[in-house]
Order: sequence, then C-alpha cells, then structure tokens
Amino acid sequence: MIRVTLPQHLRTLAHVSSEVELEIKGQVTTRSVLDALEARYPMLRGTIRDHMTQQRRPFLRFFACEQDLSHDPPDTPLPDAVASGAEPFMIIGAIAGG
Amino acid sequence: MSKVRVLVGTRKGAFILTSDGKRKRWKVSGPHFTGWEVYHVKGSPADPNRLYASQCSGWFGQVIQRSSDGGKTWEAPGGGITIAPGGMPAGESNKFVYDTTPETGKPLTTHQFYDGKPHPWEFKRVWHLEPSTTDPDTVYAGVEDAALFRSTDGGKSWQELAGLRGHESGPGWHPGAGGMCLHTILLDPSNSQRMYIAISAAGAFRTDDAGKTWKPINRGLKSQYIPDPDAEVGHCVHRIALHRSRPNVLFMQKHWDVMRSDNAGDSWQEVSGNLPTDFGFVIDVHAHEPETIYVVPIKSDSEHFPLDGKLRVYRSQTGGNEWEALTKGLPQRNCFVNVLRDAMAVDSLEQCGVYFGTTGGQVYASADAGDSWAPIVRDLPAVVSVEVQTLP
Repeated sequence: MIRVTLPQHLRTLAHVSSEVELEIKGQVTTRSVLDALEARYPMLRGTIRDHMTQQRRPFLRFFACEQDLSHDPPDTPLPDAVASGAEPFMIIGAIAGG
Repeated sequence: MSKVRVLVGTRKGAFILTSDGKRKRWKVSGPHFTGWEVYHVKGSPADPNRLYASQCSGWFGQVIQRSSDGGKTWEAPGGGITIAPGGMPAGESNKFVYDTTPETGKPLTTHQFYDGKPHPWEFKRVWHLEPSTTDPDTVYAGVEDAALFRSTDGGKSWQELAGLRGHESGPGWHPGAGGMCLHTILLDPSNSQRMYIAISAAGAFRTDDAGKTWKPINRGLKSQYIPDPDAEVGHCVHRIALHRSRPNVLFMQKHWDVMRSDNAGDSWQEVSGNLPTDFGFVIDVHAHEPETIYVVPIKSDSEHFPLDGKLRVYRSQTGGNEWEALTKGLPQRNCFVNVLRDAMAVDSLEQCGVYFGTTGGQVYASADAGDSWAPIVRDLPAVVSVEVQTLP
C-alpha cells in the first residue's frame, strides 16, 4: 500500500482528512502514483499535473525519504521505503510569504 | 415573500448572503472553497438552485464547482469516485483545452504578447460563468487566455466555441494589464442565436449564429492607448450590460469612456456626460427601467480608487450623459478601494436592489435603486465578483 500526503487544499477538494492509501500494480514511480491518485480522486486531475502536458505544476514539489524527487523523470522508481509503505510520498505546495 | 441571494467571489473564497425581500437583515454563509480565488459564482436562471463557481489557485490551477441546492453543498462535476471504461477517471470538469482540430479550431496557435511577439495560447483560469437562460446543464465560460467554452453536461466537460478565436483578428489580440481575459458574456434573452462577449484588450464581439462565427463590434470606440484609436479590435472593454426587455441596447464601461449602442453593438456613442471621471470597471442596468444605468467612477488607470477618496455610485436615468452621484450610506472620505468589473449586480424585486463589492471586502446593498446604501458585510477578502438571484 502506497501512502500519499496531499496539501491541505487538495485534501479538502478530494474530501479526505489525512493520508491517502493507494494500491499500485507494477513498478512504483511518480507517474504510477499520480495515475492511481487521479483514478481514485478524479477531482484532482489537473491540480497536480497539467491536463495536457502532464508536467508537474510549478508551485508543487514531490518529496520522499528526505529527498526532493520533483525533477526526477516520472518513470524513475521511487525509493523502496515508499514502495513498501514505510514512508509517504509527499506532495508539497510551495511556501508563500507575505 | 420574495428573497434575494447574493453570490460573492473573493480572493480567498466565496460567500453567500441571503435576505428576505426587505433586504435589511442578512445571513452570511462562507467562506466556501476557503483560501482559493473565486473569480465568479452565478446561478442558473432556469433552476435557481443550480449554481456554478470558478475557483482557482496559483498552485493547483482551475477547478469548477457546482451546487444543486443553492450553495448548501458543492461538487466538482464528474469528480466523484467514478472510473470510466478503460480505468481512467471520468471527471474532467477543469479541463479547458483549446480547439486545434482542422474542422473548427483552425491552426490558431498564437496571439500577441506584451512584447509584441507571437505567444502561444495558454489556459490560465475561468473569469466568468454564464448559465443558459433555459437549460440548467448548459453554461458558458469565459477564460484567460481569451476564449469561450461551453458545457452542456452541467460542467463535467467543456468544448471551445473556436469560431471566436478563429476570427481573422485573433492572432493580433493582446493582453491588458490583468491578462488577456474573456470577462463578459451576455446571452440575448429574445434570440438564442445571439450573444455578446468582451475581451481585454481585444474589444467586444457578437455572434448571430450561436457562436459559430463572430463579428467585432467596436465601431465608435476611441482608445488613445492603441496606435490606431479607432481600430476594429484592440480596445480595453471592461464590462457590457443590457436590459432583458431591450437586448439591442448595450451599455459599456470601457477602460476610459462610458458608451452606448442602440443597434446591438454595430456602433457606439459616448455617454460619459457629466461624470467626474469616466474610467471604471462596472456598469449595470436597473431591473425595471431600461434607461437607468449605474457606474462607479474610478480615478484613473494608474490610480484604481475613487476620486477624492469618496465612494460614489453614479446613476443615469436618461440612458447616459446626465449622471447623479449616489452617496447616502457610502464612505465620503478616505476611501481608496476599487470595484472590479464583475462586482455589481441588481435584483428584480419591485423596488430594484443594487449591489456591489469592493477590493476592501465590503459588499454594499441598496434596496431603493441606489438612493441609499448600507454594507451587508464589511470585512471579506477583496471582492472579485457579485451576482444576485431573486427567489420566490
């Protein structure tokens, strides 16, 4: 079971209150995690990746195991700790000051 | 007794203000979509409990919300936990894709950017939602970069009416300071084939074939901030309004100048008359008096606040040219708010109510056609849009 944490606004939009747990068949990558997330919660389509280009929205980041995975190719396998569910895959909104 | 429901979009969420026909005591609901920019909320004339809202964010992009119970509950249309055949999600209510098909989209790839160079069309947000007058599931969306979309399934999916962008002038359109937005959509209540739209800063357009083809309707507009002040397109139209009993008569607040057309936009005459400044954003028409119109003059395009720090609505009961200041109940010193283009509306009670919101977070209401005003709320986030529903 893959654990995914969402920014507060996306938790509200998806009507979830804490971590999301996803079942993923095959290799666990950023792409497969996001595909599974959007399949389970269609209202999140377009909010994390652009509908057409599938590029990460610029003010979002992907963290896991104390690493910034945002710039890794989307088909790179995620760390074993994420694949095993020991650590969450974290979707983070950029901090806005002011 | 009739009721009114005021739908308010702000920089940090939406609010719904309700009152009985006296419009003295108000109930405030919200914020809805807390923390998101809500550019517009509007109800369906065919089913007042059907509301549509445009929520957007620099982080998460565009979301369309829909209510079927007058704003008590909301859903992203098609966004439930549903899997379509093939395993992919069905919900695409926030998917606005420019038409590039050879049949209807033509090779429309660029418009002009601030630097005068061609720039690809990029969807940014929905500025305005205009529900059909007859079908609760049909709604139009005006978006940035300027284009017109339509949904016929209650906001689940959107298709561009690409004939607008396909007008030969399209590649020459350029953004105003606020972006290149399609912000005004007027449906002719007596002719389902006709609608009007306005774009900053391309100008106003009309279709007489339900959106297949479009005609610029900017003759008579003069704009000193473009190379040819009388150009066919390029004008920064801020807002257009009409009275449903007389849809061929249009009133416009342009960047500068208040204008009037008596022939469905084929030509315009200036009716700024004795206004202290003719810059502004909003314009609206009295619900029962087609020659009574309202504007909120703003000092200038570089100083977006009322002249002399006095918040004044101006009313003309002669269709323009002769204007009177309406000040009773409005701050007459140290007021430096703005009133944005979609932030004024009227109700249709016997004594017409007029409403507007400010960037200072106030929503003012007048239950006597503008003679006197009182704030419904004073401390909301900056108000972007105000719409009103008159309910039985």
